[in-house]
Amino acid sequence: MKAVLSSADITRALTRISHEIIEKNRGTAELVLLGIPTRGTHLAERIASEIGRIDAGEIPVGTLDITLHRDDLRSRPPRPLTPTRIPAGGIDGKRVVLVDDVLYSGRTIRAALDALGELGRPALVQLAVLIDRGHRELPIRADYVGKNLPTAHEEVVRVAIKEIDGEDSVSIANAHE
Amino acid sequence: MSDNATAMKKHLLSINDLTREDALLILDTADELARVSDAPIKKLPTLRGRTVVNLFYEDSTRTRISFEAAAKRLSADVINFSAKGSSVSKGESLKDTALTLQSMGADAVILRHGASGAAHRLAQWTNGVVINAGDGTHEHPTQALLDAFTIRKHLKRSSGNATGVGEDLSGLRISIVGDILHSRVARSNVLLLHLLGAKITLVAPPTLLPVGVEEWPVEICYDFNEAIEDCDAVMMLRLQLERMKSAFFPSAREYSRLFGLDRERLLHARKKPLILHPGPINRGLEISAESADAVESVILEQVANGVSVRMAVLYLLLGGAHE
Amino acid sequence: MSEQNSGKFLLTSIRDLDGRERDIRIAGGVITEISSGGELDGIQHEDEKVIECRGLQLLPGLVDLHTHLREPGREDAETIRSGSAAAAMGGFTAVHAMANTDPVADTAGVVEQVVRLGRDAGYCDVFAVGAVTQGLNGRELAELGAMAHSMANVRVFSDDGHCVFDSLVMRRALEYVKQFDGVIAQHAQDPRLTENAQMNEGKVSAKLGLAGWPAVAEEAIIARDVLLAEHVGARLHICHVSTAGSVEIIRWAKARGINVTAEVTPHHLLLTDDLVASYDPVFKVNPPLRTDVDVRALREALVDGTIDIVATDHAPHPKESKECEWSEAANGMIGLELALAVVQESIVKNKMASWRLVAQRMSISPARIGRIDDHGLELGVGIIANLTVVDERIERKVSEIKSVSKSSNNPYRDLILPGKVMHTFLHGNLVVHQGELVRPL
Ligand SMILES: [Zn+2]
Repeated sequence: MKAVLSSADITRALTRISHEIIEKNRGTAELVLLGIPTRGTHLAERIASEIGRIDAGEIPVGTLDITLHRDDLRSRPPRPLTPTRIPAGGIDGKRVVLVDDVLYSGRTIRAALDALGELGRPALVQLAVLIDRGHRELPIRADYVGKNLPTAHEEVVRVAIKEIDGEDSVSIANAHE
Repeated sequence: MSDNATAMKKHLLSINDLTREDALLILDTADELARVSDAPIKKLPTLRGRTVVNLFYEDSTRTRISFEAAAKRLSADVINFSAKGSSVSKGESLKDTALTLQSMGADAVILRHGASGAAHRLAQWTNGVVINAGDGTHEHPTQALLDAFTIRKHLKRSSGNATGVGEDLSGLRISIVGDILHSRVARSNVLLLHLLGAKITLVAPPTLLPVGVEEWPVEICYDFNEAIEDCDAVMMLRLQLERMKSAFFPSAREYSRLFGLDRERLLHARKKPLILHPGPINRGLEISAESADAVESVILEQVANGVSVRMAVLYLLLGGAHE
Repeated sequence: MSEQNSGKFLLTSIRDLDGRERDIRIAGGVITEISSGGELDGIQHEDEKVIECRGLQLLPGLVDLHTHLREPGREDAETIRSGSAAAAMGGFTAVHAMANTDPVADTAGVVEQVVRLGRDAGYCDVFAVGAVTQGLNGRELAELGAMAHSMANVRVFSDDGHCVFDSLVMRRALEYVKQFDGVIAQHAQDPRLTENAQMNEGKVSAKLGLAGWPAVAEEAIIARDVLLAEHVGARLHICHVSTAGSVEIIRWAKARGINVTAEVTPHHLLLTDDLVASYDPVFKVNPPLRTDVDVRALREALVDGTIDIVATDHAPHPKESKECEWSEAANGMIGLELALAVVQESIVKNKMASWRLVAQRMSISPARIGRIDDHGLELGVGIIANLTVVDERIERKVSEIKSVSKSSNNPYRDLILPGKVMHTFLHGNLVVHQGELVRPL
């Protein structure tokens, strides 16, 4: 297993993404952050609080479960759903930033866009990821990337975050490790 | 996203097929799906390409429509196969029908049948998932799940938890009143409510309790006034009047005086209990006309809850691969 | 009764009921010589077939007082030919064919036909049970005397499948058959208490939501009938006793000197109502499978003689009568081929009973109750050679045993059972040899 990002690297990356989100959206008006469970949810909360700190305001943040929209449901036993929590103002006309830990095939984001489509009609949707490991299978790209990480297919990217795993780190392992 | 795969059994034939964790997973999933049902677009792609057959040997429009709505909201293809007027009524056996449905590619069969154990038999003959939608006087597991869902929503919500999600039913006292002997709803509810930690009291004349009920995890009470005193929820069962002919009770009047629910009886209740009824109500028999109105609201809510619970069951049994 | 009685056999070193090794010579349909084991070895007569029987157990040919052979009427389920072949495979040399055929065996004509078809098949002596009432209607007596005096020589009368519920009809039947030493074999079931009954009433039926068949529905009829038998001084036989309570009543009746005998089926000695949880109607039978407590009481009663005999209640049914919902399915299980194995499993293997007791309960006593002379005889020179040879050491997976019954409603199919019938002699002829029919069906 090879360490790729340290705790400090992750904090730096999230801070940079926070700045980029403000910059690209020319402020924080109409901004809504939606994390994709489970690690994306916590990353979204961290980015929201960082944006809030920079901009001195409260950014609506929620979580978007995509399980029912996955296209690989039949490959594994059924998974429990995780809650979808949409901030009180909804998403209609908002600038929605989806947040996930790793961008890989793009299928998760496709499912997230489908799930989002059922909840309302945002003005625009952007994507922030901590890691982009390549190997896209759909025409999807991230607007904000913590780190581009070239990987081989058989490698596994492990993202650990304090809220779940007790520490912040990103590492690469071979599948059999 | 969470990768905790569930380990539920393949079929839902009886509440005995569920662990406490399975039951809570179904209720929590239903809770999440209820939000989807509130959304303007009421359709999810989850079961696209899957075929669900409603195989109903007894008329039960309510249950059939509920399963149909649940399956369709998950984008499954639904085939309604009513026994009346089909080859089934011309003497085709349940086994032949099962094999026919299998060759048609049914991924799941939802079976309503007058014979206890019919769903168990069907599961022995087909590769697909079998969901018991009521078999004779045995069980009706999805009805019990929706009853538990409704009870939890009303009695286990708190300021931070509007629907009681994640909670079981421990600490609640629930009375089930009426014809326990012939009730599949009662059998499933006894198993499920006990599994979820509730204290159950059965209230019925001794003729309408099965021999062997001593083995059930319940208390028996012949006095409805006493049972209702300390009760959080009361579940009234539908009484079939033809039972009178087999000497189960002397008259409708005596039955409703001793075991019916009316305003006077409710005066004995210390807390205001939640009243459930699987519907349709025999007004003036098991529930007095004036109390029935109060119950109707919960019955309507039960219809919506029924769809959510059945969506959850369909998703958890059909949404993934079963090895 | 069967063909030419021409076989000559020498069984060497076979174990008799007292556990002694014997050499036994059979010729002309009877036992002609008995000596200590090994003495006749090597002294072979001309045309004599020697069968080495070291380690094998000799029993008098088994007698079944309660068999459903289904012919006439349901030849798709069983014929007299296939059923009597199954009987021979199970070690039986005599069976009593129950009357609930179509047409019902309630006239001399039908009972004579049954016996004749049995003789033509030649696997086993088939005796006819006559119906008590016309068409089993429970109201008017059938021509009991005509059946008794017919070539079929009927002595056992039963409406089995139905209870003779009317107390007056039961009393008259008990009285009437006294004139020819007949016996009424009662299927004890109060019909009102068992309307739509599906299984034993108790904790399992409560859970499964199947209508209960309460023990009291059997016990109440037995109590009434032993009192009726006492009152009119008649002979009463109770079919398929299934409850501990019934055992108590019969024990009481016997102590009182009432002339009552009783049977238990193999399945009630081994199986319990827990099996119904599968809803597989292969376990549906009437009277139903009961509880552990009942099984224990029945075994003890069989050993202490309160229950006189084992009777199979062999009840073949075609596939479609069992491949359906429980409540739609027919009652009954097949039992001829495995009856002895189930008895060995239930009371011999656990040392409750000896082979002598098994011979008493499955051959000698049933022959006496049915008033048949050629079967159930103590071993001796000159007796008719109706014999069964069993290897008690073999254990078999039931699912791998091939059956000659036309039906496959076998409740033991998931079990391993001990013992195998190796040879069956009917009137000195070998009908089963090395576990195979000598003349295949
Ligand atoms: Zn019978």
